Amino acid sequence: MHVAHLSLTDFRSYDAVELALEPGAAAFVGPNGQGKTNLVEALGYVATQSSHRVATDGPLVRQGAARAVVRSVVVRDDRRALVELEINPGRANRARLNRSPVSRPRDVIGLLRTVLFAPEDLALVKGDPAERRRFLDDLLVARAPRFAGVRADYDRVLKQRGALLRTAAQARRGGRSPARSGRRAESEAAFAAAGAGDVLSTLEVWDAHLARHGAELLAARLELVEALRPLVAASYAALAPGSVPVDLEYRGTLSTGSAGSGGSAESAGPAGPAAPAGPAAPAEPAAPAAVHAPDRAALEEGLRAGLLEVRAAELERGVTLVGPHRDDLFLGLGELPARGYASHGESWSFALALRLAAYDLLRADGGDPVLILDDVFAELDAQRRRRLAELVAPAEQVLITAAVPDDVPAELAGARFDVAEGSVTRVR
Amino acid sequence: MYEGVVQNLIDELGMLPGVGPKSAQRIAFHLLAAEPADVKRLAHALLEVKEKVRFCRVCGNVAAEEECRICRDARRDPHVICVVEESKDVVAIEKTREFRGRYHVLGGAISPIDGVGPDDLRIRELMTRLADGRVTELIIATDPNLEGEATATYLARLVKPMGLKVTRLASGLPVGGDLEYADEVTLGRAFEGRRLLDV
Repeated sequence: MHVAHLSLTDFRSYDAVELALEPGAAAFVGPNGQGKTNLVEALGYVATQSSHRVATDGPLVRQGAARAVVRSVVVRDDRRALVELEINPGRANRARLNRSPVSRPRDVIGLLRTVLFAPEDLALVKGDPAERRRFLDDLLVARAPRFAGVRADYDRVLKQRGALLRTAAQARRGGRSPARSGRRAESEAAFAAAGAGDVLSTLEVWDAHLARHGAELLAARLELVEALRPLVAASYAALAPGSVPVDLEYRGTLSTGSAGSGGSAESAGPAGPAAPAGPAAPAEPAAPAAVHAPDRAALEEGLRAGLLEVRAAELERGVTLVGPHRDDLFLGLGELPARGYASHGESWSFALALRLAAYDLLRADGGDPVLILDDVFAELDAQRRRRLAELVAPAEQVLITAAVPDDVPAELAGARFDVAEGSVTRVR
Repeated sequence: MYEGVVQNLIDELGMLPGVGPKSAQRIAFHLLAAEPADVKRLAHALLEVKEKVRFCRVCGNVAAEEECRICRDARRDPHVICVVEESKDVVAIEKTREFRGRYHVLGGAISPIDGVGPDDLRIRELMTRLADGRVTELIIATDPNLEGEATATYLARLVKPMGLKVTRLASGLPVGGDLEYADEVTLGRAFEGRRLLDV
């Protein structure tokens, strides 16, 4: 697919801009702070309805304006779709598809698919596990928008359960049993006998829901990591030929929770890929990664057992200690973890390989996503720059931002736009 | 800002659910222009509702007397109780005319974030109603959201030892709708809850 037209009204630094685009490479060149990234950010917003730079929509609207409008014409298999988004900070956004309003803006997600490379990607390798979890979850949502709901449900359960644990922890510290509020009826005794009313019985309910939603998320992540493994290894090898092989491994709290006890290790067994054999034993990259369909019921059971095991610690600390929100995607560089051991260049190659693998995966699902390379080439050495250019050149559309024309590799020479003081001019 | 009393009225109206500042202003000026008798009637209705309406001793539904209309109705099946979150859910189910049993209004759903635990709901009263063994089926009709589901799970676990039949309202596709317009979550739920076609 490609974007044939982009029009912005009151978006970031632009009061109005109209941009005609075509398949192939296009570069946006201009000094820093002129609005290059704002252009590709707008396209990213059409694709995901969130920005890769800010968590809220407020900064997306030009200072002094009430709302921003992003219009884009997306061409896929010779079909043109006009996607219009009105961004209303603090209120619901509105969306139109081919001039007809859609009931939920979420319904136009996925009409445009993008894969964005940005300098911030280095955090995928060097940053906290949260960065890698977000990479996986964003990719899940891009492949199946349904997962936006799964993720939101899981976060909500986590919040509810956290609130309950904190209440319990406070009550403990206060040296009394969890507070009983509310009415007291005549049947107090019968009620107490039924085992209700204390935090533990409600906790079991939230455990069940956490396990259920967590297992759904976990199963999807495990499957995703299995699909990514060979693609990341291949991309890395192409970016840095002759280097040590790389590997991915999903590391879950579930497996560490069951490692301690022989009893529940059995039930958590089907979580195979989540159970690392040990820190120094990455799976052999030579063997074809069997597409392991994780058994959701077994994962759910494992999560439940894991929660039971850490209950005392959870009640002590007031936080949920087991579940996909504490997991990590382990990046292995030969025998070593990439985080902490990889050089700057290796870290960059790994980050790019992850993005390229995401691109391959989305492309395999159908519809070549639009590649966006935001200020990436300036960060790379000559060899990586050339390799990356070769790898992305065949894509249907590649949009590049760069501070100076020399940062755009020759392989990706195409249309060129100069960006200065909020205006965009085509020069080639 | 308007002068004292008018602004007071606008502020008070603005505190009602679903009424923003613009609507509050519109209602306030409508009342200013209305016949005094009409306004008196409204004021009277407001006061009366607070004075007279009580909550049913048995089920927790809004009632004009000690017990609500449904609990007093001897024709209603005493063997089936439908558990809902709010009184307005009773009205919604009554409109279907499908259900001939009795109700139990919890007064909300379990939500630790809002500080609502089982003790804050009318669960104890429900247990008392179930204690005599007359009820054979409990239909849990809490909202199909996370908190409603958690409440349903909690209740189901609680009454499990009593050996009565516990059911949950089905969630799925709206009747008369198009499959293609259903969102993924609803459609997924509908798949989960599919049933055997009896022909």
